[in-house]
Amino acid sequence: MTTPLLEVKGLRMHFPITEGIVTRRTVGEVKAVDGVDFTVGRGETLGLVGESGCGKTTTGRCILRLENPTAGSIVYDGVDIASLGQREMVKLRQKIQVIFQDPFSSLNPRMKIGQIIAEPMKVHGIEPDAAKRQARVLELLTTCGLNAGFADRYPHEMSGGQRQRVGIARALAMNPEFIVCDEPVSALDVSIQAQVINLLEDLREKFGLTYLFIAHDLSVVRHLCQRVAVMYLGRIVELADSDELFDNPQHPYTKALLAAVPVPDPLVEQGRVFRPVQGEVPSPINPPSGCVFHPRCPSAVASCKVSRPETRETRPGHFVACTEV
Amino acid sequence: MRPLLDIRGLHTEFRTGAGIVRAVDGISYTVNAGETVAIVGESGSGKSVGAMSILRLIPDPPGRITAGEVLFDGRDLLKLSEEEMRRLRGSQIGMIFQEPMTSLNPVLTIERQLTETLEQHRAATRAQAVERAMDLLRLVGIADAGRRLQQYPHQLSGGMRQRVMIAIALACDPKLIIADEPTTALDVTIQAQILELMKELTQRLNIALIVITHNLGIVARYATRVNVMYAGRIVESGSAAAIYHDPRHPYTIALLRSVPRLDRPRQARLEPVEGQPPDLTRLDAGCAFRPRCRFAVDACAGSRPVLQRAGDGDHFAACFRAGEFTATDQAA
Repeated sequence: MTTPLLEVKGLRMHFPITEGIVTRRTVGEVKAVDGVDFTVGRGETLGLVGESGCGKTTTGRCILRLENPTAGSIVYDGVDIASLGQREMVKLRQKIQVIFQDPFSSLNPRMKIGQIIAEPMKVHGIEPDAAKRQARVLELLTTCGLNAGFADRYPHEMSGGQRQRVGIARALAMNPEFIVCDEPVSALDVSIQAQVINLLEDLREKFGLTYLFIAHDLSVVRHLCQRVAVMYLGRIVELADSDELFDNPQHPYTKALLAAVPVPDPLVEQGRVFRPVQGEVPSPINPPSGCVFHPRCPSAVASCKVSRPETRETRPGHFVACTEV
Repeated sequence: MRPLLDIRGLHTEFRTGAGIVRAVDGISYTVNAGETVAIVGESGSGKSVGAMSILRLIPDPPGRITAGEVLFDGRDLLKLSEEEMRRLRGSQIGMIFQEPMTSLNPVLTIERQLTETLEQHRAATRAQAVERAMDLLRLVGIADAGRRLQQYPHQLSGGMRQRVMIAIALACDPKLIIADEPTTALDVTIQAQILELMKELTQRLNIALIVITHNLGIVARYATRVNVMYAGRIVESGSAAAIYHDPRHPYTIALLRSVPRLDRPRQARLEPVEGQPPDLTRLDAGCAFRPRCRFAVDACAGSRPVLQRAGDGDHFAACFRAGEFTATDQAA
């Protein structure tokens, strides 16, 4: 196997909980990401799924170095991002871009669309010439399926789907190799979601992009990703090829997650036996001992409470962190 | 049998700077006792405004219910006085909103929020109300009810808050509950718990349920009847099986085609509904879906098609070509 574009090893991101106004002292930690390993190959799309608070967004933010990870390494193309200085990181950010979930809050309402897309090029000094920059903006708009006339409009004049296209155009402005897509379609209407998904696929092909696709909508992930990692309470519990993971889930949490998603077909639904997993996600401040899923797990045994399960390869390319499969 | 709720020609409009928005433009449907009816549509299709109009919770100004009848148990709710309406809300018709954090009062304990309804509508004494509140929390699956009653909404998780909302809606034994995107803000495993709870309770207590959602999977799993809305009108209405397996409106067909399916291997490409949702201030005389419709013909520009019988039983579609679609056109 060729070396992956991105290799994350033992990534931990613990946020301190502080008390006191004048003298702040740390009274605890939120273990948002607690030992995560994965790789993303060049041109591949890796899905990162899980429920809110599982650490998927924090993982993405660590890769962008919007957070300084507590421990672990993030090797991008041979360089460890986690230990880079500010100046080197700024350079690397040209290659690693991000698309955010909410197209309403991630675009500056006081800037015209053209300025929004041109801004990163200006900041990074990629296209110092204003006229060329303008031409590039129009090109990017067209690439993302927007009329060139949008360059002179403001975000509030656009629909959610159109705004998300602007967010994508802005990410593309840097000619990136790697894009962290953080829930890029969750805020959009169903009929618009498919448009944006197709756009992301087209761009991946056209520019040879690599995506880390963070989402909670499993159907979208199955469609878009080659491999999928399932996170629960700061850890990856299962990682496999997309179709393999969805057709043959191994970890009890993955099974529960898949069973919880209703399929848009009444006949299929009638035939499904459905028993939702009980309980709620525990707090990452004080996660359960051993396997973090054991309080909710239907197949938990005594040892699950004690020791954290190692990740094993149960089939080629299929990794599961559970002792009972 | 008389339906529990019979909505006839309901119109609700908003006067805005950009012109009059006909958010609900003549919708009619019925809900039978104990039945679950889903209203599906994208943002701006009028699904929430339609449901809010039933309870007359439309802020006026800018909104106004301009025409129609909302017959609940034979009484036209639009003709009731404000006082009569207030007695009905929360007692005979319960409501569950999308965001449980904003619909619960942050400065009142859970106990107070539950007992308030009971004291208002049932003239219950404080002690009786607290007793009933405990029972309700147990009913919606909240363990340790005594302690939870003393807590405030921020001390509960999202799923727990939504359970409290359900308990409040159930407090006075309603005949109908309107749930507006009840699980959109929740995670999938919690969503599944809440939906199962609602299904179990409405069946056991014979409560009719109107679920407003954009999630086609939820509709398939829980609804007996489905109304698909587009640009303020119901464009297709029928049993869940008919809507999913024999869709007769191009919007429904396109919507079902556009969603990726968890139970199917990766396909080459999705087929999105092209174009943008309509601007309700700029609708013309023709079919509102026409600009995005791949089956549109000249006639579609002339007038907006009305709901017509489109198949067996109670299957209706508002499309001039409803009868023409073949299995190939419909295939999801």
